[in-house]
Amino acid sequence: MQRKVYTKVLVAIMLLFTFNVNAQHEDSHSDAHGAVTSELSTKDQIKASVDETIQHHLKDSYGFYILHGVGFPLPVILWNDNGLHVFSSSALHHGAVESNGDYFVESHGKIYTTDAEGNLMDDGHGHHVHPLDFSITKNVFTIMLTVLILFFVFKGVAKSYKGQLPTGFGSLMEPIIIFIRDEIAIPNIGEKRHKQFMPFLLTIFFFVWFLNLAGLMPFGMNITGNIAVTFSLAIMTFILTQINGNKNYWGHIFWMPGVPTPMKIILAPIELLGVFIKPFALMIRLYANISAGHIVLMSLIGLMYVFQSYAAGTAFFGLTIFLSLIELLVAALQAYIFTILSALYFGMAVEEAHGDH
Amino acid sequence: MENVILDPEALNLIGAGLVVIGAGIGIGRIGGSAMDAIARQPEATGKIQTAMLIAAALIEGIGFAALFAV
Repeated sequence: MQRKVYTKVLVAIMLLFTFNVNAQHEDSHSDAHGAVTSELSTKDQIKASVDETIQHHLKDSYGFYILHGVGFPLPVILWNDNGLHVFSSSALHHGAVESNGDYFVESHGKIYTTDAEGNLMDDGHGHHVHPLDFSITKNVFTIMLTVLILFFVFKGVAKSYKGQLPTGFGSLMEPIIIFIRDEIAIPNIGEKRHKQFMPFLLTIFFFVWFLNLAGLMPFGMNITGNIAVTFSLAIMTFILTQINGNKNYWGHIFWMPGVPTPMKIILAPIELLGVFIKPFALMIRLYANISAGHIVLMSLIGLMYVFQSYAAGTAFFGLTIFLSLIELLVAALQAYIFTILSALYFGMAVEEAHGDH
Repeated sequence: MENVILDPEALNLIGAGLVVIGAGIGIGRIGGSAMDAIARQPEATGKIQTAMLIAAALIEGIGFAALFAV
Protein backbone atom coordinates (compact mmCIF):
# COMPACT_ATOMS: atom_id res chain seq x y z
CA MET A 1 0.00 0.00 0.00
CA GLN A 2 1.14 3.58 -0.51
CA ARG A 3 2.43 5.22 2.61
CA LYS A 4 -0.38 7.80 2.74
CA VAL A 5 -3.10 5.17 2.58
CA TYR A 6 -1.26 3.06 5.15
CA THR A 7 -1.17 5.95 7.62
CA LYS A 8 -4.86 6.73 7.11
CA VAL A 9 -5.83 3.10 7.64
CA LEU A 10 -3.76 2.93 10.80
CA VAL A 11 -5.34 6.10 12.20
CA ALA A 12 -8.80 4.82 11.31
CA ILE A 13 -8.20 1.54 13.16
CA MET A 14 -6.96 3.35 16.25
CA LEU A 15 -9.97 5.66 16.23
CA LEU A 16 -12.25 2.64 16.03
CA PHE A 17 -10.58 1.25 19.12
CA THR A 18 -11.24 4.56 20.84
CA PHE A 19 -14.95 3.89 20.53
CA ASN A 20 -14.36 0.34 21.66
CA VAL A 21 -12.59 1.57 24.79
CA ASN A 22 -15.26 4.16 25.56
CA ALA A 23 -18.20 1.85 25.13
CA GLN A 24 -16.74 -0.94 27.21
CA HIS A 25 -17.11 0.83 30.52
CA GLU A 26 -20.32 1.06 32.46
CA ASP A 27 -21.35 4.40 33.86
CA SER A 28 -19.65 4.42 37.23
CA HIS A 29 -22.42 6.43 38.85
CA SER A 30 -25.07 3.74 38.86
CA ASP A 31 -25.10 0.16 40.07
CA ALA A 32 -26.48 -2.89 38.32
CA HIS A 33 -30.10 -2.05 39.05
CA GLY A 34 -29.95 1.40 37.54
CA ALA A 35 -30.22 3.20 40.86
CA VAL A 36 -28.00 6.23 41.12
CA THR A 37 -25.57 6.00 44.00
CA SER A 38 -23.93 8.91 45.74
CA GLU A 39 -20.74 10.51 44.47
CA LEU A 40 -18.10 7.78 44.15
CA SER A 41 -15.31 9.35 46.12
CA THR A 42 -13.37 6.48 47.60
CA LYS A 43 -11.15 4.29 45.51
CA ASP A 44 -12.70 1.18 47.07
CA GLN A 45 -16.11 2.10 45.74
CA ILE A 46 -14.68 2.63 42.27
CA LYS A 47 -12.81 -0.65 42.45
CA ALA A 48 -15.95 -2.47 43.55
CA SER A 49 -17.89 -0.92 40.70
CA VAL A 50 -15.21 -1.95 38.20
CA ASP A 51 -15.22 -5.48 39.64
CA GLU A 52 -18.95 -5.68 39.23
CA THR A 53 -18.83 -4.43 35.66
CA ILE A 54 -16.28 -7.06 34.74
CA GLN A 55 -18.33 -9.84 36.37
CA HIS A 56 -21.39 -8.59 34.53
CA HIS A 57 -19.53 -8.67 31.23
CA LEU A 58 -18.25 -12.20 31.71
CA LYS A 59 -21.65 -13.64 32.51
CA ASP A 60 -24.49 -14.32 30.15
CA SER A 61 -27.66 -12.28 30.45
CA TYR A 62 -31.30 -12.69 29.54
CA GLY A 63 -31.53 -9.43 27.60
CA PHE A 64 -29.34 -7.91 24.89
CA TYR A 65 -28.22 -4.67 26.58
CA ILE A 66 -25.25 -2.69 25.34
CA LEU A 67 -25.34 0.21 27.75
CA HIS A 68 -27.73 0.79 30.60
CA GLY A 69 -31.17 0.78 29.07
CA VAL A 70 -29.88 0.61 25.50
CA GLY A 71 -30.89 -2.73 24.05
CA PHE A 72 -33.79 -5.11 23.91
CA PRO A 73 -35.06 -7.99 26.04
CA LEU A 74 -34.84 -11.53 24.75
CA PRO A 75 -37.38 -14.35 25.16
CA VAL A 76 -37.10 -16.62 28.18
CA ILE A 77 -38.10 -20.21 27.35
CA LEU A 78 -38.53 -22.59 30.27
CA TRP A 79 -39.74 -26.15 30.62
CA ASN A 80 -40.88 -27.90 33.76
CA ASP A 81 -43.59 -30.39 34.75
CA ASN A 82 -46.27 -27.84 33.99
CA GLY A 83 -45.12 -27.56 30.38
CA LEU A 84 -43.59 -24.78 28.36
CA HIS A 85 -43.32 -21.21 29.66
CA VAL A 86 -42.35 -18.39 27.34
CA PHE A 87 -42.16 -14.75 28.34
CA SER A 88 -40.01 -11.72 27.74
CA SER A 89 -37.00 -11.21 29.96
CA SER A 90 -38.10 -7.67 30.75
CA ALA A 91 -40.74 -9.23 33.01
CA LEU A 92 -37.93 -10.61 35.17
CA HIS A 93 -36.86 -7.13 36.23
CA HIS A 94 -39.98 -6.63 38.34
CA GLY A 95 -39.78 -9.59 40.69
CA ALA A 96 -41.47 -12.95 40.31
CA VAL A 97 -43.04 -13.75 36.92
CA GLU A 98 -46.20 -15.80 36.82
CA SER A 99 -46.69 -18.21 33.95
CA ASN A 100 -49.18 -21.09 33.78
CA GLY A 101 -49.42 -21.27 37.54
CA ASP A 102 -45.67 -21.31 38.23
CA TYR A 103 -43.69 -18.38 39.51
CA PHE A 104 -40.14 -17.71 38.33
CA VAL A 105 -37.55 -15.30 39.56
CA GLU A 106 -34.05 -14.48 38.36
CA SER A 107 -31.33 -14.69 40.98
CA HIS A 108 -27.64 -14.20 40.21
CA GLY A 109 -28.17 -14.75 36.53
CA LYS A 110 -30.14 -17.99 36.84
CA ILE A 111 -33.89 -18.63 36.86
CA TYR A 112 -35.50 -20.50 39.74
CA THR A 113 -39.02 -21.66 40.49
CA THR A 114 -40.61 -19.89 43.42
CA ASP A 115 -43.87 -19.98 45.33
CA ALA A 116 -46.45 -17.21 45.09
CA GLU A 117 -44.50 -14.88 47.40
CA GLY A 118 -41.26 -15.18 45.46
CA ASN A 119 -39.31 -17.37 47.90
CA LEU A 120 -36.93 -19.89 46.42
CA MET A 121 -37.92 -23.50 47.06
CA ASP A 122 -35.74 -26.39 48.12
CA ASP A 123 -35.94 -29.70 46.30
CA GLY A 124 -34.83 -31.81 49.27
CA HIS A 125 -31.27 -32.30 48.08
CA GLY A 126 -30.08 -28.84 49.10
CA HIS A 127 -30.57 -27.31 45.65
CA HIS A 128 -33.14 -24.75 44.64
CA VAL A 129 -35.91 -25.88 42.35
CA HIS A 130 -35.39 -24.63 38.84
CA PRO A 131 -36.94 -25.36 35.45
CA LEU A 132 -35.04 -26.51 32.37
CA ASP A 133 -33.78 -23.36 30.74
CA PHE A 134 -33.88 -23.11 26.97
CA SER A 135 -33.92 -19.32 26.81
CA ILE A 136 -32.51 -17.25 24.02
CA THR A 137 -29.86 -15.50 26.08
CA LYS A 138 -27.35 -12.92 24.84
CA ASN A 139 -24.80 -15.61 23.97
CA VAL A 140 -27.35 -17.73 22.11
CA PHE A 141 -28.56 -14.69 20.22
CA THR A 142 -25.00 -13.74 19.25
CA ILE A 143 -24.24 -17.28 18.11
CA MET A 144 -27.36 -17.29 15.94
CA LEU A 145 -26.37 -13.92 14.51
CA THR A 146 -22.84 -15.19 13.78
CA VAL A 147 -24.24 -18.29 12.08
CA LEU A 148 -26.36 -16.09 9.84
CA ILE A 149 -23.39 -13.87 9.03
CA LEU A 150 -21.20 -16.90 8.25
CA PHE A 151 -23.92 -18.37 6.05
CA PHE A 152 -24.44 -15.25 3.97
CA VAL A 153 -20.74 -14.40 3.74
CA PHE A 154 -19.75 -17.81 2.43
CA LYS A 155 -22.77 -18.14 0.20
CA GLY A 156 -21.54 -14.94 -1.39
CA VAL A 157 -18.03 -16.34 -1.62
CA ALA A 158 -19.27 -19.46 -3.38
CA LYS A 159 -21.34 -17.42 -5.80
CA SER A 160 -18.51 -15.04 -6.60
CA TYR A 161 -16.56 -17.68 -8.54
CA LYS A 162 -16.26 -16.81 -12.22
CA GLY A 163 -14.81 -19.96 -13.74
CA GLN A 164 -11.98 -20.99 -11.44
CA LEU A 165 -11.18 -17.58 -10.00
CA PRO A 166 -13.07 -15.87 -7.17
CA THR A 167 -13.89 -12.19 -7.33
CA GLY A 168 -14.70 -9.64 -4.69
CA PHE A 169 -15.00 -10.96 -1.18
CA GLY A 170 -14.27 -14.45 -2.40
CA SER A 171 -10.75 -13.38 -3.30
CA LEU A 172 -10.24 -12.40 0.35
CA MET A 173 -11.54 -15.66 1.78
CA GLU A 174 -10.02 -18.00 -0.78
CA PRO A 175 -6.39 -17.74 0.43
CA ILE A 176 -7.56 -18.48 3.96
CA ILE A 177 -9.54 -21.51 2.83
CA ILE A 178 -6.61 -22.75 0.75
CA PHE A 179 -4.36 -22.22 3.76
CA ILE A 180 -6.62 -24.36 5.93
CA ARG A 181 -6.62 -27.09 3.29
CA ASP A 182 -2.91 -27.05 2.45
CA GLU A 183 -1.30 -26.21 5.78
CA ILE A 184 -3.74 -27.63 8.32
CA ALA A 185 -5.77 -30.43 6.80
CA ILE A 186 -3.45 -32.20 4.35
CA PRO A 187 -0.26 -32.29 6.50
CA ASN A 188 -2.15 -33.63 9.50
CA ILE A 189 -4.88 -35.84 8.07
CA GLY A 190 -3.24 -36.89 4.83
CA GLU A 191 -4.11 -36.48 1.18
CA LYS A 192 -6.53 -39.42 1.11
CA ARG A 193 -9.06 -38.56 3.81
CA HIS A 194 -8.73 -34.83 4.40
CA LYS A 195 -11.76 -33.97 2.32
CA GLN A 196 -14.30 -35.46 4.68
CA PHE A 197 -13.01 -33.34 7.56
CA MET A 198 -12.66 -30.08 5.64
CA PRO A 199 -16.23 -28.83 6.29
CA PHE A 200 -15.80 -29.21 10.03
CA LEU A 201 -12.35 -27.61 10.08
CA LEU A 202 -13.44 -24.67 7.95
CA THR A 203 -16.56 -24.13 10.05
CA ILE A 204 -14.70 -24.31 13.34
CA PHE A 205 -12.02 -21.91 12.17
CA PHE A 206 -14.32 -19.19 10.91
CA PHE A 207 -16.89 -19.71 13.68
CA VAL A 208 -14.34 -19.36 16.48
CA TRP A 209 -12.61 -16.47 14.70
CA PHE A 210 -15.81 -14.50 14.18
CA LEU A 211 -16.99 -15.20 17.74
CA ASN A 212 -13.66 -14.01 19.16
CA LEU A 213 -13.93 -10.86 17.04
CA ALA A 214 -17.49 -10.32 18.25
CA GLY A 215 -16.19 -10.39 21.82
CA LEU A 216 -13.88 -7.50 21.00
CA MET A 217 -16.66 -5.28 19.70
CA PRO A 218 -18.22 -2.64 21.92
CA PHE A 219 -21.45 -4.56 22.39
CA GLY A 220 -20.23 -6.50 25.37
CA MET A 221 -20.79 -9.96 23.90
CA ASN A 222 -18.60 -12.53 25.58
CA ILE A 223 -19.23 -15.85 23.85
CA THR A 224 -16.02 -17.83 23.55
CA GLY A 225 -15.18 -16.58 27.03
CA ASN A 226 -18.07 -18.74 28.22
CA ILE A 227 -16.91 -22.20 29.13
CA ALA A 228 -20.19 -23.78 28.03
CA VAL A 229 -19.59 -22.63 24.46
CA THR A 230 -16.02 -23.87 24.28
CA PHE A 231 -17.14 -27.09 25.94
CA SER A 232 -19.61 -27.69 23.12
CA LEU A 233 -16.98 -27.04 20.48
CA ALA A 234 -14.48 -29.36 22.17
CA ILE A 235 -17.15 -32.06 22.53
CA MET A 236 -17.73 -31.93 18.78
CA THR A 237 -14.04 -32.52 18.13
CA PHE A 238 -14.03 -35.32 20.71
CA ILE A 239 -17.04 -37.09 19.19
CA LEU A 240 -15.64 -36.81 15.67
CA THR A 241 -12.29 -38.30 16.64
CA GLN A 242 -13.85 -41.25 18.45
CA ILE A 243 -16.32 -41.98 15.67
CA ASN A 244 -13.59 -41.91 13.04
CA GLY A 245 -11.07 -43.87 15.06
CA ASN A 246 -9.90 -46.94 13.19
CA LYS A 247 -8.38 -50.14 14.52
CA ASN A 248 -4.91 -48.63 14.39
CA TYR A 249 -6.00 -45.70 16.58
CA TRP A 250 -7.50 -47.83 19.31
CA GLY A 251 -4.55 -50.19 19.06
CA HIS A 252 -2.19 -47.31 19.75
CA ILE A 253 -4.19 -46.35 22.81
CA PHE A 254 -4.66 -49.65 24.52
CA TRP A 255 -1.80 -51.75 23.25
CA MET A 256 0.86 -49.45 21.84
CA PRO A 257 2.89 -51.34 19.24
CA GLY A 258 6.66 -51.15 19.25
CA VAL A 259 7.25 -50.99 23.03
CA PRO A 260 8.02 -53.84 25.46
CA THR A 261 5.02 -55.44 27.18
CA PRO A 262 5.45 -53.93 30.70
CA MET A 263 5.48 -50.49 29.09
CA LYS A 264 2.33 -51.36 27.14
CA ILE A 265 0.49 -52.04 30.39
CA ILE A 266 1.68 -48.78 31.93
CA LEU A 267 0.89 -46.75 28.81
CA ALA A 268 -2.70 -47.97 28.38
CA PRO A 269 -4.32 -45.97 31.23
CA ILE A 270 -2.20 -42.91 30.43
CA GLU A 271 -3.23 -42.99 26.79
CA LEU A 272 -6.86 -43.46 27.81
CA LEU A 273 -6.64 -40.39 30.01
CA GLY A 274 -5.07 -38.57 27.09
CA VAL A 275 -8.15 -39.29 24.97
CA PHE A 276 -10.19 -37.15 27.35
CA ILE A 277 -7.58 -34.62 28.35
CA LYS A 278 -6.82 -33.47 24.80
CA PRO A 279 -10.31 -32.08 24.05
CA PHE A 280 -10.49 -30.82 27.64
CA ALA A 281 -7.34 -28.79 27.01
CA LEU A 282 -8.90 -27.44 23.81
CA MET A 283 -11.82 -26.18 25.84
CA ILE A 284 -9.72 -24.62 28.60
CA ARG A 285 -7.21 -23.04 26.23
CA LEU A 286 -9.79 -21.11 24.22
CA TYR A 287 -11.87 -20.17 27.27
CA ALA A 288 -8.93 -18.97 29.36
CA ASN A 289 -7.25 -17.02 26.55
CA ILE A 290 -10.35 -15.09 25.56
CA SER A 291 -11.78 -14.39 29.01
CA ALA A 292 -8.37 -13.44 30.41
CA GLY A 293 -7.97 -11.00 27.53
CA HIS A 294 -11.35 -9.44 28.26
CA ILE A 295 -10.64 -9.21 31.98
CA VAL A 296 -7.28 -7.50 31.41
CA LEU A 297 -8.75 -5.01 28.94
CA MET A 298 -11.63 -4.07 31.20
CA SER A 299 -9.36 -3.85 34.25
CA LEU A 300 -7.09 -1.42 32.42
CA ILE A 301 -10.06 0.77 31.55
CA GLY A 302 -11.22 0.52 35.16
CA LEU A 303 -7.78 1.61 36.29
CA MET A 304 -8.34 4.86 34.43
CA TYR A 305 -11.25 5.51 36.76
CA VAL A 306 -9.37 4.43 39.86
CA PHE A 307 -6.43 6.75 39.33
CA GLN A 308 -8.42 9.79 38.21
CA SER A 309 -5.45 11.67 36.77
CA TYR A 310 -4.66 12.87 33.28
CA ALA A 311 -1.25 11.21 33.09
CA ALA A 312 -2.44 7.82 34.27
CA GLY A 313 -5.55 8.07 32.12
CA THR A 314 -3.56 8.73 28.96
CA ALA A 315 -1.04 6.01 29.74
CA PHE A 316 -3.71 3.37 30.38
CA PHE A 317 -5.65 4.50 27.33
CA GLY A 318 -2.61 3.94 25.10
CA LEU A 319 -1.93 0.62 26.79
CA THR A 320 -5.53 -0.46 26.21
CA ILE A 321 -5.36 0.34 22.51
CA PHE A 322 -2.10 -1.59 22.22
CA LEU A 323 -3.58 -4.54 24.09
CA SER A 324 -6.69 -4.46 21.91
CA LEU A 325 -4.50 -4.86 18.85
CA ILE A 326 -2.83 -7.87 20.49
CA GLU A 327 -6.28 -9.27 21.27
CA LEU A 328 -7.06 -9.09 17.56
CA LEU A 329 -4.04 -11.32 16.94
CA VAL A 330 -5.09 -13.65 19.75
CA ALA A 331 -8.59 -13.93 18.26
CA ALA A 332 -7.24 -15.27 14.96
CA LEU A 333 -4.45 -17.27 16.61
CA GLN A 334 -6.77 -19.14 18.98
CA ALA A 335 -9.08 -20.01 16.10
CA TYR A 336 -6.06 -21.31 14.18
CA ILE A 337 -4.80 -23.32 17.17
CA PHE A 338 -8.21 -24.88 17.77
CA THR A 339 -8.44 -25.87 14.12
CA ILE A 340 -4.94 -27.27 13.79
CA LEU A 341 -5.22 -29.30 16.98
CA SER A 342 -8.57 -30.70 15.86
CA ALA A 343 -6.96 -31.63 12.54
CA LEU A 344 -4.10 -33.28 14.45
CA TYR A 345 -6.53 -35.41 16.48
CA PHE A 346 -8.46 -36.38 13.35
CA GLY A 347 -5.20 -37.32 11.68
CA MET A 348 -4.24 -39.56 14.59
CA ALA A 349 -7.66 -41.21 14.43
CA VAL A 350 -7.52 -42.11 10.75
CA GLU A 351 -3.82 -42.88 10.48
CA GLU A 352 -2.96 -46.12 8.73
CA ALA A 353 -0.41 -48.42 10.32
CA HIS A 354 3.10 -47.68 9.13
CA GLY A 355 5.58 -50.50 9.14
CA ASP A 356 8.28 -49.07 11.37
CA HIS A 357 6.94 -50.50 14.63
CA MET B 1 -2.64 -13.29 64.92
CA GLU B 2 -3.08 -14.66 61.40
CA ASN B 3 -0.08 -16.16 59.70
CA VAL B 4 1.58 -13.47 57.63
CA ILE B 5 4.03 -15.69 55.77
CA LEU B 6 1.82 -18.67 54.96
CA ASP B 7 -1.36 -16.67 54.37
CA PRO B 8 -3.28 -18.72 51.76
CA GLU B 9 -4.16 -15.76 49.59
CA ALA B 10 -0.55 -14.64 49.46
CA LEU B 11 0.56 -18.16 48.55
CA ASN B 12 -2.06 -18.14 45.78
CA LEU B 13 -0.54 -15.02 44.30
CA ILE B 14 3.01 -16.34 44.63
CA GLY B 15 1.88 -19.48 42.80
CA ALA B 16 0.40 -17.35 40.03
CA GLY B 17 3.71 -15.54 39.72
CA LEU B 18 5.59 -18.83 39.42
CA VAL B 19 3.23 -19.96 36.67
CA VAL B 20 3.89 -16.79 34.72
CA ILE B 21 7.65 -17.21 35.16
CA GLY B 22 7.42 -20.75 33.82
CA ALA B 23 5.36 -19.71 30.80
CA GLY B 24 7.65 -16.78 30.14
CA ILE B 25 10.81 -18.90 30.22
CA GLY B 26 9.23 -21.56 28.01
CA ILE B 27 7.99 -19.18 25.34
CA GLY B 28 11.23 -17.21 25.51
CA ARG B 29 13.25 -20.32 24.74
CA ILE B 30 10.96 -21.17 21.83
CA GLY B 31 11.40 -17.67 20.47
CA GLY B 32 15.15 -17.93 20.83
CA SER B 33 15.36 -21.26 19.01
CA ALA B 34 13.06 -19.94 16.30
CA MET B 35 15.29 -16.95 15.75
CA ASP B 36 18.40 -19.15 15.59
CA ALA B 37 16.67 -21.34 13.02
CA ILE B 38 15.56 -18.37 10.94
CA ALA B 39 19.08 -17.00 11.02
CA ARG B 40 20.41 -20.29 9.66
CA GLN B 41 17.77 -20.70 6.95
CA PRO B 42 15.93 -17.50 6.09
CA GLU B 43 13.93 -19.22 3.34
CA ALA B 44 12.20 -21.43 5.93
CA THR B 45 10.93 -18.43 7.92
CA GLY B 46 7.25 -19.13 7.19
CA LYS B 47 7.32 -22.71 8.49
CA ILE B 48 9.39 -21.79 11.51
CA GLN B 49 7.07 -18.96 12.44
CA THR B 50 4.05 -21.24 12.17
CA ALA B 51 5.63 -23.88 14.39
CA MET B 52 6.73 -21.26 16.89
CA LEU B 53 3.22 -19.80 17.16
CA ILE B 54 1.69 -23.23 17.71
CA ALA B 55 4.13 -24.13 20.48
CA ALA B 56 3.72 -20.70 22.11
CA ALA B 57 -0.07 -20.97 22.08
CA LEU B 58 0.07 -24.40 23.70
CA ILE B 59 2.30 -23.14 26.51
CA GLU B 60 0.10 -20.09 26.98
CA GLY B 61 -2.84 -22.44 27.26
CA ILE B 62 -1.32 -24.22 30.23
CA GLY B 63 -0.28 -20.89 31.72
CA PHE B 64 -3.77 -19.47 31.51
CA ALA B 65 -5.36 -22.66 32.79
CA ALA B 66 -3.12 -22.65 35.86
CA LEU B 67 -3.81 -18.95 36.43
CA PHE B 68 -7.51 -19.54 36.31
CA ALA B 69 -7.25 -22.37 38.79
CA VAL B 70 -5.41 -19.99 41.09
